[in-house]
Amino acid sequence: MGHDSRSAIRRDAAGIAAYAAAFGASFGAVSVASGLSVWQTMVLSLMMFSGASQFALVGVIGSGGAGLAAVPTALLLGVRNAFYGVPLTRILARRDLTGPRRLVTAQLVIDETTAMAVGRDERPEQRYAFWVTGLLLFVLWNSGTLVGAVAGSSIGDPATLGLDAMVPAAFLALLWPRLRTAEGRWVAAGGALVATALIPLVPAGVPVLAAAPIAVVAGLLPRRGREAAR
Amino acid sequence: MTAIWVAVLVASVGCYLLKLAGVSLPPSILERDDVQRVATLLPVAMLAGLVAVELFDGGGSLGLDLRLLAGVAAGVVALLLRQSFLVVIIVAAVTTALLRAVT
Repeated sequence: MGHDSRSAIRRDAAGIAAYAAAFGASFGAVSVASGLSVWQTMVLSLMMFSGASQFALVGVIGSGGAGLAAVPTALLLGVRNAFYGVPLTRILARRDLTGPRRLVTAQLVIDETTAMAVGRDERPEQRYAFWVTGLLLFVLWNSGTLVGAVAGSSIGDPATLGLDAMVPAAFLALLWPRLRTAEGRWVAAGGALVATALIPLVPAGVPVLAAAPIAVVAGLLPRRGREAAR
Repeated sequence: MTAIWVAVLVASVGCYLLKLAGVSLPPSILERDDVQRVATLLPVAMLAGLVAVELFDGGGSLGLDLRLLAGVAAGVVALLLRQSFLVVIIVAAVTTALLRAVT
């Protein structure tokens, strides 16, 4: 892995971490406004470290849901991180996945680290992208959360700056190299279509999970190219 | 301990265990050819689904913010013009922010 690709990965990771800090601040402010203490808010960002689940949890609590009622939604949104473990296990090194190191690796398995890793072509770059993105994001997401939780409602809405457009744009950009093949394009289109169709029908978190079977079906289908080669 | 603390701790531990389960599959399963092919395609399908949800989820129903969509579309144009990752996400944010400012 060349010096150039490493610095390019660091630059991209810094871009993601920068807007994550803004969303972290937004989360901190929303969480405290929903009735959580600064400590509870920080425990969420440090221990749960999964933006969608965190926003969902404080959203349910803020709308008056009794404590435990908020848990299933957060967990449902967290299930996709378990799925991400499968491709990441192939990308990461054996030492990332054994002993105490595995406990740290697991905490960093989220949308952003998965997208950054699978967005690269070579194994060492993929692993480097996972770690740089994960560690940088962890630090900035938590710093942002603390600032937002303490500053409260004086934190502006990230949507004013268009930061909410950065999120899908970033995932699309990271997915882009995987769309070079017809198979990648079909799988992506299928996943997007299934998820969109299910938005009004199922609880939050399920639409993204429902995209997974598309990959299973496509992966198990016999390849025409391979058949022809026989 | 208050109900909020219970919810925070139970949900946090649960979310962590889900992550841990994902990176704990035995190698004997992961080395199978079909599992490897599925694993390669899994993030493509799921991240595409995630992009769709971020664009079209209006809070449990289909909803569309045209200014958000225009921003992401501008990002796609930047992608087609082979711009770098940072340029793509900045173009998306600036486009959406400008449209929000004027509409």
